[in-house]
Amino acid sequence: MASKSVIDDLKRSQILESLEQGKRVDGRALDEPREISIEINAIPKANGSARVFLGDTDVLCGVKIQPDKPFPDMGDKGIFMCTAELLPFSHPTVETGPPQAPVIELARVVDRGIRESNMVDVSQLVIEKDKSVVGVFADIVVIDYDGNLFDACSYAATAALLTSTTPKWTMVDDKVTLVDEETPLPTTTIPVSVTMGKIGNHIIVDPNGDEWASMDARITITTNSDGNICALQKGGSDGFTQDEINQCGEISVRVGAKIREKLKEAQQGSQ
Amino acid sequence: MGGRDATMVLLDENGIRCDGRKIDETRKITIKAGVLKNADGSAYIEFGDNKILVGIFGPRDVHPKHMSDTDTGILRVRYHMEPFSVDERKRPAPSRREIEISKVIKEALEPAVMLEKFPRTAVDVFIEVLQADGGTRCAALSAASVALADAGIPMRDMVAACASGKVADTIVLDVNNEEDQAGQADMPIGYMPSLEKITLLQLDGVLTPEEYKKCVDVGVNGCKIVYEIQKKALNDKYFGNGKD
Repeated sequence: MASKSVIDDLKRSQILESLEQGKRVDGRALDEPREISIEINAIPKANGSARVFLGDTDVLCGVKIQPDKPFPDMGDKGIFMCTAELLPFSHPTVETGPPQAPVIELARVVDRGIRESNMVDVSQLVIEKDKSVVGVFADIVVIDYDGNLFDACSYAATAALLTSTTPKWTMVDDKVTLVDEETPLPTTTIPVSVTMGKIGNHIIVDPNGDEWASMDARITITTNSDGNICALQKGGSDGFTQDEINQCGEISVRVGAKIREKLKEAQQGSQ
Repeated sequence: MGGRDATMVLLDENGIRCDGRKIDETRKITIKAGVLKNADGSAYIEFGDNKILVGIFGPRDVHPKHMSDTDTGILRVRYHMEPFSVDERKRPAPSRREIEISKVIKEALEPAVMLEKFPRTAVDVFIEVLQADGGTRCAALSAASVALADAGIPMRDMVAACASGKVADTIVLDVNNEEDQAGQADMPIGYMPSLEKITLLQLDGVLTPEEYKKCVDVGVNGCKIVYEIQKKALNDKYFGNGKD
């Protein structure tokens, strides 16, 4: 997200040099994500929440669940929405005000990965068809930036949703009325996004802040629990060869499976 | 979540409040300095169930340029609540309430910060409320002072803040969310204990002149309690035997 500086140009040559020798500047293997730590229920007032550290990238997602009006053509489905925002102290270059294109892309890519996996079972979130449904809002804020917000935000939202509980509402005399009952939010799968950067001819998983500023192109691939690919976004001003795209697909399934285990652990740990 | 008990007793016959506190007691307060990597200074405060992060950048170049002042530095404050910080989801864009609170916090901090040392620059104070439970502006102001000190910005004093108020016809310290909703008055106070100056003062509710004086007095004493916790946070970071 953060803009490029002169220092970044200098770092790029160093990063590229070590990649030529098959190494990364922080000692990781090319297909190795950084350490992931997940704190469940960081915001007890939310219906579900998770704070995720991906290396030094620090993000927080809070889920709010409340009655809402359905979209006109979707009266038999609840609403799922995911937003993302960079808090102004997350990096010196972040400015307050309406979100810029990169942040809008971030929010939309994270939203799409979870939405397209059908993780949240919106068919179960109907209070009365065409009249009232349950809305699930996963709002993500970036607290500290060190590259790869796509994955950090995605893991935070997924972990928060996996551990959310939803109140129950019914229609009484045409009014939405709260029933005193909390159940786990119905979910069907665990989507995991894996973002890879391309620097020169090298593909690296989970670029850190310096690597992110040095990338020629990137690709974010989201897989579901069946190991199928459900969303993808390419970004950056260079292209990928068909071989590279295939390679990235394989990496996303393989690396994603390991990360999915971490998310499952976090979910089980919260029960 | 939600569901306030309508029969809740705000103050029982033994002088114990709805959350078990005495009338002159604050909620549990913990402050940690230096919690963010990218910010020049930062602090995290837990004030009861309030959870607030503050990050500082500066003194740095002013954008847009026309805001800069050739005689002094400027202080800019943004107070913002996360959508999930309150019971009913809040829209992410800043509300009128948040804009007003940003302004009163800015004006509460200005007397403490030696801005004249940094002409043509800005010090940005970013306050993010992760979870809110009544009294966020006081908690935010207290944390912002610690974050400014952590950023190494020269200051005359730290601003400590705490609210007092009137609940069940009694003047109490540190009004919580329930007391604010059901109580009779709420008075947030920001105070520089070493300089003995009040820099933030607001009031919602009706007080007699005697109660008014008492309320200020109780609030200032609360600020002194907060001040010690602020100093401890800086002590822990900078003189904490190598530990955080």
